[in-house]
Amino acid sequence: MDIDPREIDNIAKLSRIKLDDAEKVKFKNQLVHILEYVEKLNELNINNVKPIFYTSPLKNVFREDTLKPSFHRSNILNISPSHVNGFFKVPKIIE
Amino acid sequence: MEYNIVIGLETHAELNTDTKLFCGCSTSFGSEPNTQTCPICLGLPGVLPVINRKAFDHTLKTALALNCEINDFVNFDRKNYYYPDLPKNYQISQNHFNVGNNGSVDIIVKGEKKRIGINNVHLEEDAGKLVHPEASDAGHSLIDFNRAGVPLVEIVTNPDLRSIDDVQGYMHTLRNILQYINVSDCKMQEGSLRFEASISLCRKGAKVFGNRVEIKNLNSMKAVMKVLAYEISRQKELLDKGAQIVMETRLWDEVDGVSRRMRTKEEAHDYRYFPEPDLVPILVDKKSIDRIRETIPELSAMRRQRFTSEYLISDYEAGILTESKPLADYFEECVKLTIVSPKELSNWIINDVLRVLNEKKSHIQDFTISPKMLVDLIEMKSEIGGSIAKEVFSEMSNTGKDASSIVREKNLTPLSNAEELNFIISKIIEDNPKAIEDYGKGKKSALSFLVGQTMKITKGKANPKILIDIFREKLENNL
Amino acid sequence: MFLHELTANGIREKVKNREVSCVEVVKELFRRIKQKEALIEAYIFLDEEGALSKASEIDDKLESGKEIGLLAGIPIAIKDNISTKNIYTTCASKILENYIPPYNAFVVKKLLQEDAIIIGKTNLDEFAMGSSTENSAFHITRNPWDTESVPGGSSGGSAAAVSADMAFMALGSDTGGSVRQPASFCGNVGFKPTYGRVSRYGLIAFASSLDQIGTLTKDVFDAAMLLQVISGHDALDSTCSALDVPNYLSDINCRDNVVRIGIPREFFREGLDSEIRNALMNALEIYKKNGAVVIDLSLPHCEYAIATYCIIATAEACSNLARYDGVRYGYRSRLDDDNIVDMYSRTRAEAFGDEVKRRILLGNYVLSAGYYEAYYLKASKVRNLIKNDFDEAFTKVDCIISPTCPTPAFKIGEKILDPLEMYLSDVYTNIANLVGIPGISIPCGFTTAGLPIGMQILGKHFEEKKILQIAKLFEQETDFHLQKPKLD
Ligand SMILES: [Mg+2]
Ligand SMILES: [Zn+2]
Repeated sequence: MDIDPREIDNIAKLSRIKLDDAEKVKFKNQLVHILEYVEKLNELNINNVKPIFYTSPLKNVFREDTLKPSFHRSNILNISPSHVNGFFKVPKIIE
Repeated sequence: MEYNIVIGLETHAELNTDTKLFCGCSTSFGSEPNTQTCPICLGLPGVLPVINRKAFDHTLKTALALNCEINDFVNFDRKNYYYPDLPKNYQISQNHFNVGNNGSVDIIVKGEKKRIGINNVHLEEDAGKLVHPEASDAGHSLIDFNRAGVPLVEIVTNPDLRSIDDVQGYMHTLRNILQYINVSDCKMQEGSLRFEASISLCRKGAKVFGNRVEIKNLNSMKAVMKVLAYEISRQKELLDKGAQIVMETRLWDEVDGVSRRMRTKEEAHDYRYFPEPDLVPILVDKKSIDRIRETIPELSAMRRQRFTSEYLISDYEAGILTESKPLADYFEECVKLTIVSPKELSNWIINDVLRVLNEKKSHIQDFTISPKMLVDLIEMKSEIGGSIAKEVFSEMSNTGKDASSIVREKNLTPLSNAEELNFIISKIIEDNPKAIEDYGKGKKSALSFLVGQTMKITKGKANPKILIDIFREKLENNL
Repeated sequence: MFLHELTANGIREKVKNREVSCVEVVKELFRRIKQKEALIEAYIFLDEEGALSKASEIDDKLESGKEIGLLAGIPIAIKDNISTKNIYTTCASKILENYIPPYNAFVVKKLLQEDAIIIGKTNLDEFAMGSSTENSAFHITRNPWDTESVPGGSSGGSAAAVSADMAFMALGSDTGGSVRQPASFCGNVGFKPTYGRVSRYGLIAFASSLDQIGTLTKDVFDAAMLLQVISGHDALDSTCSALDVPNYLSDINCRDNVVRIGIPREFFREGLDSEIRNALMNALEIYKKNGAVVIDLSLPHCEYAIATYCIIATAEACSNLARYDGVRYGYRSRLDDDNIVDMYSRTRAEAFGDEVKRRILLGNYVLSAGYYEAYYLKASKVRNLIKNDFDEAFTKVDCIISPTCPTPAFKIGEKILDPLEMYLSDVYTNIANLVGIPGISIPCGFTTAGLPIGMQILGKHFEEKKILQIAKLFEQETDFHLQKPKLD
């Protein structure tokens, strides 16, 4: 198998990780290597198998709608990279 | 050219729980930024979500009220996308196993009933709020996470809406239902009700739908109406010219009154949904469905019908009274308290109560005059007269005092004192020989004129019934 | 015998009997750490001051005759992906290099309640992604038995610290073998409980449906003791079981449960080091001698476990690690003056290591539009087949015994350039995570080069107690667990 260079760009974008050209090649080759190994799963006939997403038998776990004190704002803002007037501060959002 | 319009609507309503969907932080509106946050709703490393039972029950209730089939296996999914108001950069939502599917809402458009299909009803967490400093050169944005994690019910229609009137009817009916079942206060100005619309146009008679345009972030029903009107004419114009509609997501610009491209189909988000491994599934059995169903009150359509048959008021009046559950409750409370006819109560509520509420931009829940107070006033009316009653009403709505104390304090007791009245009446008879003459000629309207003059002079303090009697007596004697 | 050579329980006895004060224990331990840490580099952060102050607090308790907790006076190390309030928690990542959590993990709360003394945070593969602890953003950790070899991973710091007598016990986390594999490489006892036995609240997520906090100790009794403290229901973790926690310490010497041992033939095929095979065969002889029946069985879908694991673990990881974006905490690229999308991409490019990037990229690939069915859904189905293999096996046997790893500790640098090769070293361990069952690794021999060999015992869901008893029997019959690396 192979991964199209445009696909690597897309995956890097989805991952929000900036990659230079050398890294793109490197990661692409490693991903291809792993995905080829993963193709092993195609040996199995799984048409009638149900997927499982959980190994715990738990169901219906809820909490009651009871107020708990929030955290002191300064404890939260103090660990942030940037904040002003009680807000988290980030570079301009463009969309 | 003639086109068919196809519209689908997604509605997000903030559920009226005390705490957020996955943590114990408050959901109240308007606090200082970031004061209603904790490690869980900020997505700090290592935290885990636990579902708020009330939020789930409210979603189930909504799905039931919208006639959905309830899924016995309900599950959450992660919707992965980056946005700075989304603390974990994924939203815990539902995709594969929603709370309810295949529901419907009946709406009335131009007197005709129409059924709108509900594709699904599901529960998810809200994002925080972004603040963009006004200065255009400000190179930064600010984030307040107080709203992050507030429970939202999302209601997705089938593409069954065919006109702006349909959309308006649907939005009103939906809001009405959500308020009736008391799962959301639907306060538009606090953003607790928000919409996303998708719209496509196709030539009449065409077999396939046209390309769909989605419009995000519509924070009021007004905005929905405006943007759809704009889109319809924009798309018509393009289609008339033979151009293609681009499949894309657009944003409504309230200031300029136009929609603008946000992203094309190619740039569309790839949400990479997968089951949320930090939560376990919810099995919904018949017992819990029944338990929730029992909490759903009579909805407005039913109640409207009942009001016309039970209280003998017009469908129009019943429609106004059942527009909101608190108002309908208010009316029925009044009915219970008095032998005054429901029709008269309805008149008072529609003409006077709603006018005052409108002027004050207030809600019936916060109204200063309780049903008991209103009924007391109306019962007093025959004694104090209509115009005094209205004056007392306006004073009650301003001060919250009851009718009898206002009448007492302001000395509004009607002039039933015969001596005083006799004096005024004699004076009026003296000053209006023409009217007396007319009355003598059998013109009965002259009597109303004289009564009116008296009311003017007494500033409405006279009891009109007594006045009529006195005038009659005097004028008969004069003749 | 030096104080630092004692087991946790040994220290506990001494403290309880007032033969030694907690402060003395902590001081002695830090003396040891100061001697050996430069060589081993097991820790990311050491909190001598905090440890001493907690020690004197417990000494005061003892002095005044107050009741003391189950772990009173025992210095314990914590893997640095477990949230400790006001103590750095870095996940061995540059992205959390300066992160100080404002809250304690559930297990940390439990430890403090039982009067344990937290001495520091141990090294790991960045975000627990790796099997050698070479993926730490800060430094590598060396195996005390051979400082040219890796300690295993990702809980390599915890395993090395316990093995080098620089901690009496430690917490680790196990997503695909990250407690058992380093325990095997370092000659410790490593226990991964049933998924849901121990709250994950405060364990910084790698793969949520696989992650579980586990223990690294010098012997089985210590494992039982530590497990006793950290197990149990937590209202803050929806996946945490409300089942009662049995008393793991009572009847730990009971041998009634050592009955039917299953040997999966797939685990003894090619790729298995012959010295390890021999050690396992000898171990089985010991069990047989003590009345156990050894049953050959097949787990036909286990050969698909690594592939399944690669998909599920990376898919969950890419989502779990999306939150490290430079907005609310942690590292932010200093070149953040233009727009937010660039800030995200640079922050993550600058602060994540290659293994983390690789897994995020792979996870996003398998989840991206058009691939969900081919990868994630398919893997989730194979996961069911693997689970069925185990359900079936456990109708015939009480436990399953295998080597913990196909090889002993490998050399530093030997596998780091071949990610797939590294993933394959978890071949015997990650099945337990896919299925959610408990497993332990205990020392069962040494290679001729003097490296420890680990034996894995897997049990049914929530049968930790039985596994501990089976492990304890072996320990009573052997002295592998008493061996110490020569560090002097
Ligand atoms: Mg949504
Ligand atoms: Zn919160």
